[in-house]
Amino acid sequence: MTYRKPLLILALLAVLPLIRAVPGVNANYWLHNFILVVMWTIIGMSWNLLSGYCGQVSFGHAAFFGIGAYTSGLLYVKFGLSAWWGMLASIPVVGAAALLIGFVCLRLRGPFFALATIAVGVILRIVAENLTGFTGGDMGIMIRERTWVEKTWYYYIILALAAGTFWFVDRIIASKLGYYFVAIREDQDAAESLGIDTTRYKTIALVLSAVLCGFAGAFYTNYMGYIDPKVVFALHDISVMAIMVVMVGGVATRWGPVLGAVIMILMAEIIRTIPKVGTAHHTLFGVLLIVVIIFLPNGVVGDAAKLRRLLRPGRSA
Amino acid sequence: MSAAKIEVLLQTLISGLLLGGLYALIGLGMTIIMGVMKIINLAHGELMMVGMYVAYLLFAWAHIDPYLSILVAVPLLFFLGVALQKYLVNPVLKVDAILPENQVILTVGIGMVLANLATIIFKSDYRTTPVDYATKAWYLTDLWKDSPIELSLSFPWTVSFLFAVGITAALWFFLSRTDMGKSIRATAQDKDAAMLMGVNVERMRVFTFGLGSALVGAAGCLFLPIYYLYPDVGGQFTLTGFVITILGGLGSTVGAIIGGLILGVFESLTATYVGMGWAPVGRFVVFMLVLVFVPGGVASLLRRRRFGK
Repeated sequence: MTYRKPLLILALLAVLPLIRAVPGVNANYWLHNFILVVMWTIIGMSWNLLSGYCGQVSFGHAAFFGIGAYTSGLLYVKFGLSAWWGMLASIPVVGAAALLIGFVCLRLRGPFFALATIAVGVILRIVAENLTGFTGGDMGIMIRERTWVEKTWYYYIILALAAGTFWFVDRIIASKLGYYFVAIREDQDAAESLGIDTTRYKTIALVLSAVLCGFAGAFYTNYMGYIDPKVVFALHDISVMAIMVVMVGGVATRWGPVLGAVIMILMAEIIRTIPKVGTAHHTLFGVLLIVVIIFLPNGVVGDAAKLRRLLRPGRSA
Repeated sequence: MSAAKIEVLLQTLISGLLLGGLYALIGLGMTIIMGVMKIINLAHGELMMVGMYVAYLLFAWAHIDPYLSILVAVPLLFFLGVALQKYLVNPVLKVDAILPENQVILTVGIGMVLANLATIIFKSDYRTTPVDYATKAWYLTDLWKDSPIELSLSFPWTVSFLFAVGITAALWFFLSRTDMGKSIRATAQDKDAAMLMGVNVERMRVFTFGLGSALVGAAGCLFLPIYYLYPDVGGQFTLTGFVITILGGLGSTVGAIIGGLILGVFESLTATYVGMGWAPVGRFVVFMLVLVFVPGGVASLLRRRRFGK
């Protein structure tokens, strides 16, 4: 696989902070949105690895995001360490949690797995809300010392992380492991009969996906400086959003999560700024999701040819 | 065990059973949709929310009792369900996509739209329906003067429970005694065989989605006098609904009733003995245990006993 296009796009993204030099533009506001877009790219790629390539549709990625975020936050509150260590610490913590969750949930197939992951996400949220002594409950965790007031460095950190994730997922999918994943998605029984230890490879997909998502969570704690259970374990705003990013962009495609994150986050932001319509952004999201599922089931990237045909009238299909 | 402890336990069991009867009604709607369509309707709670708002509006405008508004909410929700099935779910069943879970994700989208529209129309205020019998209750000491323990039976809870039992009985009659009901059960059992026997499977699907929505709409009216109402109220009932569906065994109506009762009692026990906030965790712990140890739910246990004989 060639890396010319990704590197070119990365180079373009790297100069985005120059937006500061443009007069009349609220650079901080736009940088904030860019950071969110890149963060959602990571979450999308993580979901895509497990659900898009391996076919295990997860409705509970907020669980991993939240565990990553709380690892970071608790390190700061309980041990007085910089919350940045949470990035490193989240690997074993989220990995172990994913192993445990996988042990229970991966025995289940298709929609049952999806339901079990919803349950996991909700259980974790309620536990975090109720263990007030440990997590601070609904009060959440506040990181009092911000590393930078300015957003440029946060942007570069998350961009580097996203580039790394992109490369990592790409390598995995090109490797034998990736072929196993797709085989499991297409027909689990056939894969099993061909000698693929499906439980093992599903677990690997889950743990890898979880760790990537946990990174995004740990970054979120550092960047936003405040987390609480309702935000980081949110069913709609994290778990379903992760699904939407990939569904809109394109399931099991290289660029789907990237494009999906750009479309979804920028759209959310634009809708929010329109007066009166702003409160309806979930409605518009829902409608978009329904339209995409019915008309572009493989997302903007997956159904690019179909879209092009639609946009170029006069040519018959 | 002292008398006071027994009193708490019995009272917990009573309120658990009353809650369970209502839960069963929610689970029933979800389970018949699951049985016939083979999809999990994650917009179920949001449909219930619509039913609750219908009853609320009727009460606020015309002072119609929530129990009476069942007569309005049920047909309304039926047609809403029919429309959703016909124009949204059916097209997706025909679309060829990488992930077969598309339909589940679609229902999540529908739920999001419904909840958000309710927020826009009604704002996110918490509302209650001040029916005049809200705090009425029967006490054991009224019947039996020197009873050593005191138990109470809340009036609206009991009425809601009885309504739920009545609706469940009517549903049972419909499914087991009428031609339409038998066709629905045949479709759930084996779609292709039913088609060969001359059942209009497409029509049964549409009708079932409507029926499931109507049932949960009725549940919404029954919950209104005893619960508060806000636009996002549906989410938790969706979760309750699918826990019951799994607990009872997918597509099994008897299982859903038993599952609903078990869940109601279990939640009530968790709320009393562990803490109010933990009740939902208890619900999901049951759910995970069932998924891992009894994946077929209550229905599979019932079936095993029957075969054992």
